[in-house]
Amino acid sequence: MGRITLDKVRKAFGDIEVIPPLDLTIEDGEFVVFVGPSGCGKSTLLRLIAGLEDVSGGQIRIDREDATNLPPAKRGLAMVFQSYALYPHMSVRKNIAFPMKMAGLPQDEQERRIEGAAKALNLTDYLDRKPGQLSGGQRQRVAIGRAIVREPAAFLFDEPLSNLDAALRVGMRLEISELHKRLATTMIYVTHDQVEAMTMADKIVVLRAGNIEQVGSPLELYNRPRNVFVAGFIGSPKMNLITGAEAAKHNATTIGIRPEHLAISTEGGAWKGEIGVSEHLGSDTFFHVTVEGQVEPLTVRASGEVSLSYGDTVWLTPNEANLHRFDAEGLRIA
Amino acid sequence: MATKHSRMSARLMISPAVLLLLGWMLIPLSMTLYFSFLRYNLLMPGMEEFTGLTNYRFFLTDPAFFAALWNTIALVVGVLVVTVIGGILLALLLDQPFFGQGIVRILVIAPFFVMPTVSALVWKNMFMNPVNGLFAHAAKALGLQPFDFLSSAPLASIIGIVSWQWLPFATLILLTALQSLDQEQLEAAEMDGAPWIKRFWYIMLPHLARAITVVILIQTIFLLSVFAEILVTTNGGPGTASTNLTYLIYMQSLLQFDVGGGSAGGVVAIILANIVAIFLMRMIGKNLDA
Repeated sequence: MGRITLDKVRKAFGDIEVIPPLDLTIEDGEFVVFVGPSGCGKSTLLRLIAGLEDVSGGQIRIDREDATNLPPAKRGLAMVFQSYALYPHMSVRKNIAFPMKMAGLPQDEQERRIEGAAKALNLTDYLDRKPGQLSGGQRQRVAIGRAIVREPAAFLFDEPLSNLDAALRVGMRLEISELHKRLATTMIYVTHDQVEAMTMADKIVVLRAGNIEQVGSPLELYNRPRNVFVAGFIGSPKMNLITGAEAAKHNATTIGIRPEHLAISTEGGAWKGEIGVSEHLGSDTFFHVTVEGQVEPLTVRASGEVSLSYGDTVWLTPNEANLHRFDAEGLRIA
Repeated sequence: MATKHSRMSARLMISPAVLLLLGWMLIPLSMTLYFSFLRYNLLMPGMEEFTGLTNYRFFLTDPAFFAALWNTIALVVGVLVVTVIGGILLALLLDQPFFGQGIVRILVIAPFFVMPTVSALVWKNMFMNPVNGLFAHAAKALGLQPFDFLSSAPLASIIGIVSWQWLPFATLILLTALQSLDQEQLEAAEMDGAPWIKRFWYIMLPHLARAITVVILIQTIFLLSVFAEILVTTNGGPGTASTNLTYLIYMQSLLQFDVGGGSAGGVVAIILANIVAIFLMRMIGKNLDA
């Protein structure tokens, strides 16, 4: 079981409050992703849950039990660190065995769990190597293996993929998602990469300056962002945010339209503009279009290959049904 | 250094330095070897003659030699034990955040800057003196008989003085090593359920292994040749109770004017030092591999 409840949890370093009182419930078996720009307090929040930092106020409950003042080891959580934090002088086998050795598990049980974890993570051939002899992805798997064997109530991941190259990252993303499906254990995952958040999460928590901006499933966040910040943060490429006269026409201070909800045409449309840089991805093409009266160029997605080049004049038409409207406070209207 | 040509010129350019160093080392060594086979006494100049291995026989059968050998080992091992254990403890303390950390760290290094003769004299006259010393005053204040350190426990006293000098060195090296330990590893161990003492044993100590090796190797080199501390405190006495090999060689050549015997002692000391070096590298040298 791994139901984690944060009740008015607060964290301050000296006079600086990094996390104002915050409530959050993480259901058992859920894959929750904390996402936000650097310095938004997402790692701090994870460390509060792990017990590596003391809370300044509020209560953390794990499975209905008050864990606020429990030391990290007693909380039954396992953590995978950004730097993997493997013990460099121990072999992979000893690294994985370390938490069990500390818990005083019998030797044969330790062996059984190591074999199981190694098989699940493709590490069987590497058990007797030192971490220094492994590649980044393998180290990552050892760190996960060390977490798995503890059979924790929940896994905590602190930006585990940020040290891997792009191709490996996609692979490990799938492996972690798969692990979650197989183990069905609660996982809390911290990242600044919204693509990781969108692809892996059951529930995304968007944080800014220690505040929860929105909690919801990836598609909820994508389709109905609660405010301008979430709208701009979730989705790649970013949602186009337009202010001024165009927004006023829709009775809003800011309107947002995603690149795929803009139609591009060479004949006519709502907004006239000029093509800037275009990015060809094969399946899609993204055009950066400078629209008259707009400071920021708009990003437009066109399916497949479209033969438009730098400086061409085009017209853009937003799909009204997918227009997001925000008021002066940046909150969503309806 | 990629091409044959650049390798050649590199060798050519470092050769003067290498040759100079080689000569610097070989000339005194061969002179010592040469003297060690001569009957050469400063009181009888011009009477040198070849005597074969007689100098070695006298030196190695001298009862003072075995006393000195034992004292040398006791001094080296004693100081190493005190400085390594004390250094680890001090490094752990200094690694904690506290007020005035910078100043305290500088103060800790201070003993290392005091020259051996001065520090030994300060210890002898101001601390260990049975009449005026601080320890004597402390003992008297407690109503105890003052302890005459340098005559009752000469070797232990010298181990204490030398340890005091070398403790900062060990502390400094071990502190920097401790600071280079990845904090996430400690946090991971904490999450894994390791209490402080186990984190120290399984994570910190293995991390310090290389630094401890460096401390042991460097200190051994210097501790084998401790001299000034003995000269100004006990003069190797009482008897030979605090004579080490270096001091014995000094007595042989400069107090008994027997240059031949002293040189033989020097050669024996070189051989012994190399044996120690080989054993040390065998035992702990593997820690230096990356």
